Amino acid sequence: MALDAYQKREFKQVGTRPNRPDGVDKVTGRAMYGADVTAPGMLHAKVLRSPHAHARIRSIDTSAAEALPGVKAVVTSADFGVPEDAFLLDVQDHCMAREKALYDGHAVAAVAATSIAAAKAALKLIKVDYEVLPHVTDLDEAMKPGAPVVQAGRAFENVPAGMSENVTHHCEFGHGDLEAGFAKADHVIERSFKTAATHQGYIEPNACLASVTADGKADLWVCTQGQFFYRTLCSAILGMEASQLRVTASEIGGGFGGKTMVYMEPVALALSRKAGRPVKLVLTRDEVFRATGPTVSSSMDIKIGMTKDGRITAAQARLRYSGGAFHCGTVDFGAQAAFAAYDLDAVRSLGWNVMTNRPKESAYRAPGAPLSIYAVESVVDELCQHFGLDPLEVRLKNAADKGTKSSYGPTFDQIGLKATLEAAKAHPHYAAPLGPNQGRGLSCGFWFNFGGNTCVSLSVNTDGTVGVTEGNPDIGGSRASISLMAAEELGIPYDKIRTIVADTSSLGYNDVTDGSRVTFAVGLATIKAARDAIKKMCSRAAKIWGIDEDAVEWVDGAAVPAGPNAGKFPPMTLAEIAAVSAETGGPICGHHEVNADGAGVSFGVHLCDIEVDPETGATKVLRYTVFQDAGKAVHPSYVEGQMQGGAVQGIGWALNEEYIYGADGKLQNPGFLDYRIPVASDLPMIDTVILEIPNPGHPYGVRGVGETGIVPPLAAIANAVSRAVGVRMTELPMSPPKLQKALAEKG
Amino acid sequence: MVKVLLWGTLRSAADGQAEVEVEARTFKELLDELAARYPGLEPQIKRGVSLALDGKIYREAWFTRIEPDSEVVLMPYMTGG
Amino acid sequence: MKTIQVSTTINGDPVEFICTPDETLLDVLRNRLSLTGAKEGCGTGDCGACSVTVNGRLVCSCLVLGAEAQDAEISTIEGMADGDTLHPLQRAFIEHAALQCGICTPGILVAAKALLEKNPDPTEEELRYWLAGNLCRCTGYDKIIRAVQVAAAEMRGA
Repeated sequence: MALDAYQKREFKQVGTRPNRPDGVDKVTGRAMYGADVTAPGMLHAKVLRSPHAHARIRSIDTSAAEALPGVKAVVTSADFGVPEDAFLLDVQDHCMAREKALYDGHAVAAVAATSIAAAKAALKLIKVDYEVLPHVTDLDEAMKPGAPVVQAGRAFENVPAGMSENVTHHCEFGHGDLEAGFAKADHVIERSFKTAATHQGYIEPNACLASVTADGKADLWVCTQGQFFYRTLCSAILGMEASQLRVTASEIGGGFGGKTMVYMEPVALALSRKAGRPVKLVLTRDEVFRATGPTVSSSMDIKIGMTKDGRITAAQARLRYSGGAFHCGTVDFGAQAAFAAYDLDAVRSLGWNVMTNRPKESAYRAPGAPLSIYAVESVVDELCQHFGLDPLEVRLKNAADKGTKSSYGPTFDQIGLKATLEAAKAHPHYAAPLGPNQGRGLSCGFWFNFGGNTCVSLSVNTDGTVGVTEGNPDIGGSRASISLMAAEELGIPYDKIRTIVADTSSLGYNDVTDGSRVTFAVGLATIKAARDAIKKMCSRAAKIWGIDEDAVEWVDGAAVPAGPNAGKFPPMTLAEIAAVSAETGGPICGHHEVNADGAGVSFGVHLCDIEVDPETGATKVLRYTVFQDAGKAVHPSYVEGQMQGGAVQGIGWALNEEYIYGADGKLQNPGFLDYRIPVASDLPMIDTVILEIPNPGHPYGVRGVGETGIVPPLAAIANAVSRAVGVRMTELPMSPPKLQKALAEKG
Repeated sequence: MVKVLLWGTLRSAADGQAEVEVEARTFKELLDELAARYPGLEPQIKRGVSLALDGKIYREAWFTRIEPDSEVVLMPYMTGG
Repeated sequence: MKTIQVSTTINGDPVEFICTPDETLLDVLRNRLSLTGAKEGCGTGDCGACSVTVNGRLVCSCLVLGAEAQDAEISTIEGMADGDTLHPLQRAFIEHAALQCGICTPGILVAAKALLEKNPDPTEEELRYWLAGNLCRCTGYDKIIRAVQVAAAEMRGA
């Protein structure tokens, strides 16, 4: 059996809930986040941003700013090259506008000065000559012929002829005969949906400290989900060799996908290079909203046919996503995920990406999936209402299972959807009574998950403790789960292990902390690094005992002779082997490097009860339960935390969060007062039910859990609200004014 | 020969076929063969693709073995949050 | 710009600093006194990550001027533990997994402590409304509320 395949075992430590290693630092204020670091001689940077949604930059005059006392460097796009690679050029253009400002808040220049006050004063002295152009921020408008063209010549070869130049990408997935399928249905519902762009809403604004020296060496300290990817992007944009740029990930104050992309880090490096001094650049919340994140906005048409006994006969989705002023492939994931929970004979998802004068989309937890699944699950719910069928029974009847040809192509292996639905059905929440103005909603959710490039180095210290060096910023307690897996494999206590996140010069390349990959892939690499170290420790014990190394095995943290023929020796513990490592051949370390596959897809089901105030249109979430398959919950508290946090982000998306653009193309609500994320008083406790259906692709059966939790809440809440008010709600967020309007129209 | 399922958008680059057959024992051979036989697929292959082999999704992994009866599905390159 | 000299008490220790008239208490704490436990999440009093107490009153330090600290008693997260003995709230947050990224944690701990000093036995609803000014994007608040309840019970000797 392959070493990375799942093997059933009795866990001693995995599955327990020890204290996290970074806990004390974080409760005492000692943890160092992006904005908490300083350097000798440090300058402060500020970014000048376009006040226009769309404007040609005729010229930029920085001379007055440069002459201001205390100003040490000013940069514009002229300080950067023009990368050949289209993706890299987009990344760079997003960091600093080149020919056109493409959205309100687009960076056009930046200043480094001896104080924040001087940097701010200098921004006012920069003269930008703009030719204001017509703009478009609504994606349906942007698709129309004659709409302002955001960027010309960006469409991929797959876009059908005759579409607006703003359409950059088209995709289509599915199988079977739709027409025949719809003909078999007893009822077909076709509906259109819209969702607003939202922001990841991490509480820590993006921040970095860049230091480039005269000999071309550079350091970047930054809050990021992926120091290695930031190094790749920054070194390519700055024309540096990767080895000369060391990127250190600070503690990260939330990311959720939003810190997988550079926004101002190359600018800070360019300023530092020009000024010859360290430069700190911290975004304000206003800048975070205007120029980082957000998600796509969407407009979708869903058509589903069902027989009167609840079997889906055909399903089609037409998805239009806008990832802002640049190309964006997120609609691919929305289209693939839309019907993943269903076993369908005839299914088709079509997608288009549309450019608008909005900031460049960044990933947000299961990017693309929450929207399309919201629309699909809404129509499934409405069909259940039409036939008077139980929505859980209908989902069970149509649920994808092992052997189902998925809506995006491959045939599913072992998946946990049916078990998750059964758990929801059996839960007391599903049978609890509802009062007036209350509704219950449910939704399935799905995400792919993936593994990716991963390196782990594990060193056995001479005092019998172990250090684990990994390369993925810890955004939700992963150092605890990685230490647990190392402890489990080595057979030593959790508190003998310390896991740290390395900088880019201390370890090989690691993919970004995304795709729910860390506990899966870094865990897998940690287990294999531990096995590598164990092999070496067994070999040392064999030498000490004078027996063949194949005659030694590892049991409960110690080398022991394998079987009676190997000889009689008392077990030699990790600490005993480590203590004499210098004498037996030198330091003992284990390593593993892999591009991990086999992450295994993930399903979840959410149940919620809500009450809508018929007077105000305000919605109260009364009860919420999350059911999700974790494969194996390594540290159950942090698995629950992912499920709860994902659910609440989805609740915010469903009820309140939205990017609001004015007719002038400017973002109207770039602050937490007007962009309202859920607060403690909005919510009940979020109950969780963790299912453990082992992932065959991981030695402990682990599946990623980080992303799936944000997928079901949009539809779960929409279905509950629609049932409570007796009107099918088709736009997110379902903020009080929209609900008041729906109630008024219903009469 | 290995049967490769293409997603809808790619079919126009492969004479309208949903499924094409290529001679390949690994992912690398499969991608090279696809690009050579259907030049219209090359831009997408260059942008990035994932491959599902018997239900398991791979993002890279050139040397993954493909058996003649394996189910191979081409998918867009996966990313996440 | 003219600077102002300020004498104040922070976490029980006498502190002198100078600041400009437009400098916030948060800027002073972070940039002049190296007390970076208070975080700037918004700078507009909407997120609570910079929560401290001034003369026992819970405030967003981004909305208080540094000059207002004159003769005041200020408490920050850095003063919550007694030497190496964590406050029951700090311990409960670790033991009950009430933090993920941890950026909101200092502000929430300071806010929760201020509540428990006024009201040692808050209901869940009182707790949720008191903490409504402290945004957390990771946890969904569930484990935060539970951890405060556990710490409150311990502090009451219940």
